[in-house]
Amino acid sequence: MALRRLSKPMLYLILIVLCLLFLMPVYVILVTSVKPLDQVTLSDMWKLPTALDFSSYQVAFEKLAPNFLNSLYLVIPATFLSALLGALNGYVLSKWRFKGSEILFTAILFGMFIPYQSILIPLIQFLRNIGLYNTIPGLILVHVVYGIPITTLMFRNFYANIPFSMIESAKIDGAGFLRIFYYIMIPLSLSGFVVVAIWQFTNIWNEFLFAVTITTSDQQPIMVALQNLSGSQIVQWNVQMAGALLAALPTLLVYIFLGKYFVKGLLAGSVKG
Amino acid sequence: MDSPIVVESNASPVIKTKLKRKKRFSMDFTLALLFLLPSVILIAIFVYGFIGWTGYVSLSNWNTLVPDFSFVGLKNFLFLFHDFRFLSDVRNTVVFTILFIGIVLILGLVLSIFLDQKIRGEAIFRNILFFPMALSFVVTGVVWQWILNPSTGVNLFLKKFGIEPLWYTDTHILAGVKLGQIEVGAPVAIIAVVIAAVWQMTGFSLAMYLAGLRGISDELKEAARMDGATEFQVYWKVIIPLLRPITVSVIIIMAHISLKIFDLIYSMTGPGANFVTDVPGVYMFETTFRGNFYANGAAIAIIMLLTVAIFIVPYLIISRRGDSSGS
Repeated sequence: MALRRLSKPMLYLILIVLCLLFLMPVYVILVTSVKPLDQVTLSDMWKLPTALDFSSYQVAFEKLAPNFLNSLYLVIPATFLSALLGALNGYVLSKWRFKGSEILFTAILFGMFIPYQSILIPLIQFLRNIGLYNTIPGLILVHVVYGIPITTLMFRNFYANIPFSMIESAKIDGAGFLRIFYYIMIPLSLSGFVVVAIWQFTNIWNEFLFAVTITTSDQQPIMVALQNLSGSQIVQWNVQMAGALLAALPTLLVYIFLGKYFVKGLLAGSVKG
Repeated sequence: MDSPIVVESNASPVIKTKLKRKKRFSMDFTLALLFLLPSVILIAIFVYGFIGWTGYVSLSNWNTLVPDFSFVGLKNFLFLFHDFRFLSDVRNTVVFTILFIGIVLILGLVLSIFLDQKIRGEAIFRNILFFPMALSFVVTGVVWQWILNPSTGVNLFLKKFGIEPLWYTDTHILAGVKLGQIEVGAPVAIIAVVIAAVWQMTGFSLAMYLAGLRGISDELKEAARMDGATEFQVYWKVIIPLLRPITVSVIIIMAHISLKIFDLIYSMTGPGANFVTDVPGVYMFETTFRGNFYANGAAIAIIMLLTVAIFIVPYLIISRRGDSSGS
């Protein structure tokens, strides 16, 4: 115990230093993005700006706004659909088990770990054939489909905690498959819906590989636009940093206000629940 | 667990409801299967069907803009095993994976133990260490590219101490041994990418370990202390072995992220000079969608999939087996 008390100040010191290191990129983003153009020189990178200048945000916003909207059109329906699908699957796989349902579930789960490179070529051919290549609905379809494993897993784990006796008594009262889902499972899993929705929202918003291969120019979601912005030689660093902050803002806000649910989702994704 | 029939005193209505419920039950089961079916079909096509299709492409001659499905056997794979870029990718992935997982594990474990000491402001520390996980790898890449730019960034500080690392532009290979076409060793440039990846993902192992530590009772620690164990021994001999399942989970999940990594490297450094920061994910993307070498790209994808499967399949089977007995 004495040893522990002795090392406490040391402990705080290490934690504070580490936290400052973790926050360093935030400092860089904020400081660089509010600098006027003539102060964004390489050697002054760490210095605070002498005057606040938000013009970089204006430029970044003009460049990224259409893509920001694309991301919203993508992420809202995709999140809603994949939560609904996951809830139904989780309900069936936890409360209506059948012979082989466990093996089926494991086979579904495998889809969550595959490198998506291994399905990209056929996926793009397929989307071209059904006319959804380079469209937001095409990306929605992709995210809903490849979101099935994780959302199913999360809901199945939630529903595993709802006792069978509850389902049984509902059955005795004459409730069927859908009524039980609607009147028992959904109301009891509202926090589950929040966790899954936040998880899918964050993942789809941040996703890059599908976005960059399935869409071009005016259909591109925000992350592709940000990458293009930073790849271009003529765009100044202050605009790039402002763009990075704009692109990160929605998921950052979700984290700041609903971080508890975000971390729950994170833990739920490690298969065991 | 399936619908135990409740015994009731009044006989005849029971039999009636029993029959009714049996009918109802099978109808409900059909409904349940019907609702599951679309997802099963989608996964069957989009995961398994498409993997099969990619495998087929990887054995074909489709290395131009026009699809050509004539069978060439393992030609594309053999090409990769003699390809300077792919061999560099393999080396880089091995080095990146080892460094990335090692640091994330140790940092996560140590920090979780620190945060578990009932310290003040624990939630603030936790939130700061977690937040990068809410960001996109693309955002991380863009920002760290600026911070680790050799002519700006942290070098402005380091210069004062007389060190000026080249970060991701460094083409040196540490402990490099010429082996065939490539220099086997640890590319210095990878360190820059590892720093960015560690910054983003440490929160994950920290969250996992914290959840694990919360599940260990204080009595256990107290008992070990009573037996005369020092604080270090309590953790080393009692707590860390108890956390082993979490360590395994973190390793597996980090390994699969690391083996398929694409966006961070693509947005931060790209392939790099002499492919010092290239990885299979970037190569696959560029050769397939920029170079139209579809069959080569498919072959890279299949190799990536098999590597991930080596970790994931046993993990899934074992953790599912342990889980299916419960509830």
